[in-house]
Parts: sequence; structure tokens; C-alpha cells
Amino acid sequence: MADSKPTSPAPIFEMDRRKAVPALIGNHEDFLIVSGLAGTSKDMASLTGDAANLFTMAGAMGAATAMGLGLALAQPDRRVLAITGDGELLMNVGTLATISVLNPSNLSIVCVDNGHYGETGYQKSHTSRGVDLEQIAIGAGIKMTCTIEDEEDLAAGSRLLHETNGTSFVLLRVSPEAPPAVKRLLEPAAARTRFRNALLGQP
Amino acid sequence: MALSKAEQNETARGWQHDVYDVLRAHDVTQFSYVPDAGHAVLIDLSIADAHVHSIALTTEEEGVALAAGANLGDARAVLMMQSSGVGNCINFLSLMKGGKFPLLTLVSMRGEYGEGNPWQVPMGQAVRPVLEAMGVICMDVCAPDEAVPTVEAAATMAYKANNAVAVILTQKLLGAKAF
Repeated sequence: MADSKPTSPAPIFEMDRRKAVPALIGNHEDFLIVSGLAGTSKDMASLTGDAANLFTMAGAMGAATAMGLGLALAQPDRRVLAITGDGELLMNVGTLATISVLNPSNLSIVCVDNGHYGETGYQKSHTSRGVDLEQIAIGAGIKMTCTIEDEEDLAAGSRLLHETNGTSFVLLRVSPEAPPAVKRLLEPAAARTRFRNALLGQP
Repeated sequence: MALSKAEQNETARGWQHDVYDVLRAHDVTQFSYVPDAGHAVLIDLSIADAHVHSIALTTEEEGVALAAGANLGDARAVLMMQSSGVGNCINFLSLMKGGKFPLLTLVSMRGEYGEGNPWQVPMGQAVRPVLEAMGVICMDVCAPDEAVPTVEAAATMAYKANNAVAVILTQKLLGAKAF
């Protein structure tokens, strides 16, 4: 085909995730949070002080968004944040389709997209090579989406996440630099018990 | 004694309705699945039930993670899948074993008793070894009258004792597909 749609502008991976993630999330206590391996788990452990409203992962790559869905359906009166990276989301990108069909009103998804697999040595991911995860989310049927590449758009993105009328998806493009180095609870059974105790008052 | 097709369907409909009732009695509210003929009745019952979430997955491991998230929020999930889907779940079972999350899965078998499709055999034969390697307790159902007590036992072990448990609905129960 000779004519196709004009190509979108090249993505900009420039923001500092250490500033952009906290500015986007705002008050973390507004959410129950599931974060995927591994950069976003470090972002969130740093932001929250590894708080009990956060379940972080260091394995089961690809699980964070589906886990957020189960939590959102189980706790319809709480806002749930599933925060993941580009590499993790790409591994089970079909979960966006699963989520959009249900469209839980209380689920917010954030993908911190640095265009790289940071944990394994910053190899380029597909999003550095033309794949646009917001477009995939739109194609999956998620109605409220945005891409943030610039600090001036963070406040609008934050409002989208805190809205309560349907699932939202925010693609946050950041530079491929290391997330905060923080200690966090890495023992998953202890993390599960901590989360449930804080939310439910029982293990 | 050979049953007619209609009688077989009647038998199948009976135990699957009973299994659904067992799951609801255990307060299961998240029914996840990749569409499958062996689970069709349970899937349709969950779609028709306004008190539960019926969750069509794009791949089975989503249902493992979903069950973990459900438990964080104090809800109970069941994952219905075919034996081939077990292979898709293996790494996510790390989450259940490491986190002591409850998991109840119902596995409709292909690739074993009477299977004529060679593509189904490798994964079908590997279901129990790979599940057990990841710490999942496996229980077979070979006859309709075993279905309810086995699902009852599995649900108790999953939800009350925080185990990952698979109820394996064998081809002795379901019959081998005619292709």
C-alpha cells in the first residue's frame, strides 16, 4: 500500500522516573497497589516506604495486571492500582483485553515505559522499536488512556488515575535510568500476610 | 452399559450443576476460564449468575494471578482450564507456592485415556508431573459421583489451608473427543 496513516512522532523517553512516578501517583494511600517485577516495585516501595497497601513482586513476570484485576473485583469500594513496566506488560499484554471486557470501575493501570529491560542489563524492549502500549490498550478496548512524556502532563494523568468511572491506563515514558534502590519485603508469603492484615485485619 | 448421547449429556449436566453449587457454597465469586467444551456448563452458569464475576481470559496464567489478587482482597477464585492450559501457568505458580496463595483449578483433560489427537498427548501426559513439580496438589475425578466430593475436598484444602489444588477431570469422566 502506497498511502498509510502518518506516523506518530517518535516517543520521548526523558523524564526521571524518581520524580515522575511520585508526581503521577500522588497520595498512594488512595490505592491498594500491586506492582510487577521489578523497576516499578522499586518505584513503589520507595514512594510508599514499602507500605502495607502495596504488594510488590520480584518474579512471576507478567502477573501484575491480572493480579490487580482480581484485587479490584474483590474490593469494589477501593481504588486499585496495578503498576507495571513495559517489559512486564509485553509479556502478558493480552491481560489488557481481559480487563477491558470487564471494565472494572476501580482499576487504574500504569505502565512505566523506559523502553528497556532494566533488570537484565537495559536491553531495548519493543517499545524502543516502534511498539506503542497505549495504542494496544486502546485497541484492547480500554476507554480512558493517555501517554505522558512531559512533566506538564503529569497532573492530568494523575487525575485520570484517581477517577472512579471505568478502568484507566496511563503510559508513563521515562528515561532508562535505574529506579530507586530500596529495601523491600521480598518474601511473598510474608508480603501477602502483611497486605491482608492491613486491609482485612486478618492474615 | 453404554449410555446414549442424550443420557451422557444428562449425566454431565447433573454433576456440573452440583459442582457449581459446591463452589458457590464456598463463596467463590471469581470464575475465570479460557473457553473449553469440558467446562461449558460451569462457564455458562457463571455467566448467568449475577452474584459472581465470569472472567474470560486470553491465556490461563492470567487466572493464576487473578486468584492471587482475589485473595489479597479476600475473595475466592476458581480457574477452569484445559490440560494444555496447565503448561501456560507454570511460572505463575511460583506466586502461589511462594506466597501461600490459595488456588483451586479444575482441569479438563485431553491427551490421556482414549485420546486420538497426537497433538494433545504430550501436554496431557505432563499435567500431573508439572503441577506437582510446582507444588500443586492433584486429585483425579474419574466418575460423575466423584466430582462433588473431590471439588468439596479440593476447595477446603485450597481456601481453608492455603494450598494450590488441581481437580483433574479425566477423560474417563469426560470421554475422549472424537477427533
